[in-house]
Amino acid sequence: MFKVLRVVIGRDLLLSMRRRADVANALLFFILVASLFPLGVGPEPNLLRTIAPGVIWVAALLASMLALGRMFAADYADGALEQMLLASAPLGLIVIGKAVAHWLVSGLPLMLLAPVLALQFDLPIDALLVLVASLALGTPSLTLIGSIGAALTLGVRGSGVLTSLLVLPLYVPVLILGTSAVDAAAGGVTVQAHLLLLTAFLIFAGAFAPWAAAAALRISLD
Amino acid sequence: MLEVVDLRCERGERALFDGLEFKLPAGALLRVAGANGSGKTSLLRILCGLALPARGDVRWQGESIRALREEYHRQLVYIGHAPAVKDELTGRENLAVSCALGGTPADAAVVGAALERVGLDGYADLPARHLSQGQRRRVALARLAACEATALWILDEPFTALDTTAIGCVQEMIAEHLERGGIVVFTSHQEVMGASITAYTIELGG
Repeated sequence: MFKVLRVVIGRDLLLSMRRRADVANALLFFILVASLFPLGVGPEPNLLRTIAPGVIWVAALLASMLALGRMFAADYADGALEQMLLASAPLGLIVIGKAVAHWLVSGLPLMLLAPVLALQFDLPIDALLVLVASLALGTPSLTLIGSIGAALTLGVRGSGVLTSLLVLPLYVPVLILGTSAVDAAAGGVTVQAHLLLLTAFLIFAGAFAPWAAAAALRISLD
Repeated sequence: MLEVVDLRCERGERALFDGLEFKLPAGALLRVAGANGSGKTSLLRILCGLALPARGDVRWQGESIRALREEYHRQLVYIGHAPAVKDELTGRENLAVSCALGGTPADAAVVGAALERVGLDGYADLPARHLSQGQRRRVALARLAACEATALWILDEPFTALDTTAIGCVQEMIAEHLERGGIVVFTSHQEVMGASITAYTIELGG
């Protein structure tokens, strides 16, 4: 069973490797949005420090949402998804595999780029570390929740907008917890509570989202 | 044994077929025929478990496929209209992935032999993007050669876009599979299997 998981992750990573432009799109978007803010707002250090967590988190959230369309659409179009529904492992497990691969190419790079971008906002080192930690816990949740929306809107016209509308309300708690963690760190307050809540959210999403997405896929392909 | 009990399929308000019943013992070949839109693909998707029938049940070895799920999938090869061949992967990678997903992992030698069997030996390491329509179809059909031990083959229009050599090759694989005691269900507009093989035929619609 875990062999199938490994095959799915390996396959999706290989596909992303050979379709690098798609992956780069979302990343470039993230870099552009996060870099334009300091230019647009002006060089006032205090103001920049105040808006930094929000701007970086919102940019990361939008970039991750931008990448959602890639998750199932191509496999749906060429029939590969049908074969996944008929695989020898439970569909939920395959969704987990796809989500892991998707996070590795869309979430992980965001997390690694964030501290570099945060330098433009003059964030203190403590806050930088918390920013990375909060993204490490938050972006997998975004991917998992997003997989439900992506699965539900398969084959629907204008699915991008619809996916956003579906998943945004569920993204909001992650966004609030993530930004307030970084805010707290910048203000010298303990961030444990925020990070623990983000962890709880991730565990919850990890336990339920793949099965919800699997059910949605079955409906979309019926 | 594949068994279908009182099957009804609806598209919109219209019933495509109703009260369909048949039993396929080991070694049986079933051809599903019918005009366009008569429900051939729908029937095949129901047999796989991809779609739910409006009424009735599909049973494998006496048990409902809805209860068996992955257990059933392990004994099934379905090749649909869409060949499920990824453009970015080579023929070899495509075949290895689809075998592993289906629960019958194939090593490099098996994959190589299967691709050679369908006449793709020179193209195995080319990304599928560079293959023709018929060649992609062959990559999908190579799975039959790699998954000989899988009992049930469900093939949707396996002969479209194939040249005569490839059609012969697929016919040969099907005949061998029947001899091993496998079951094959396929859709086709023409009588394509030779006279030496007796096929049950279901005519849908009309």
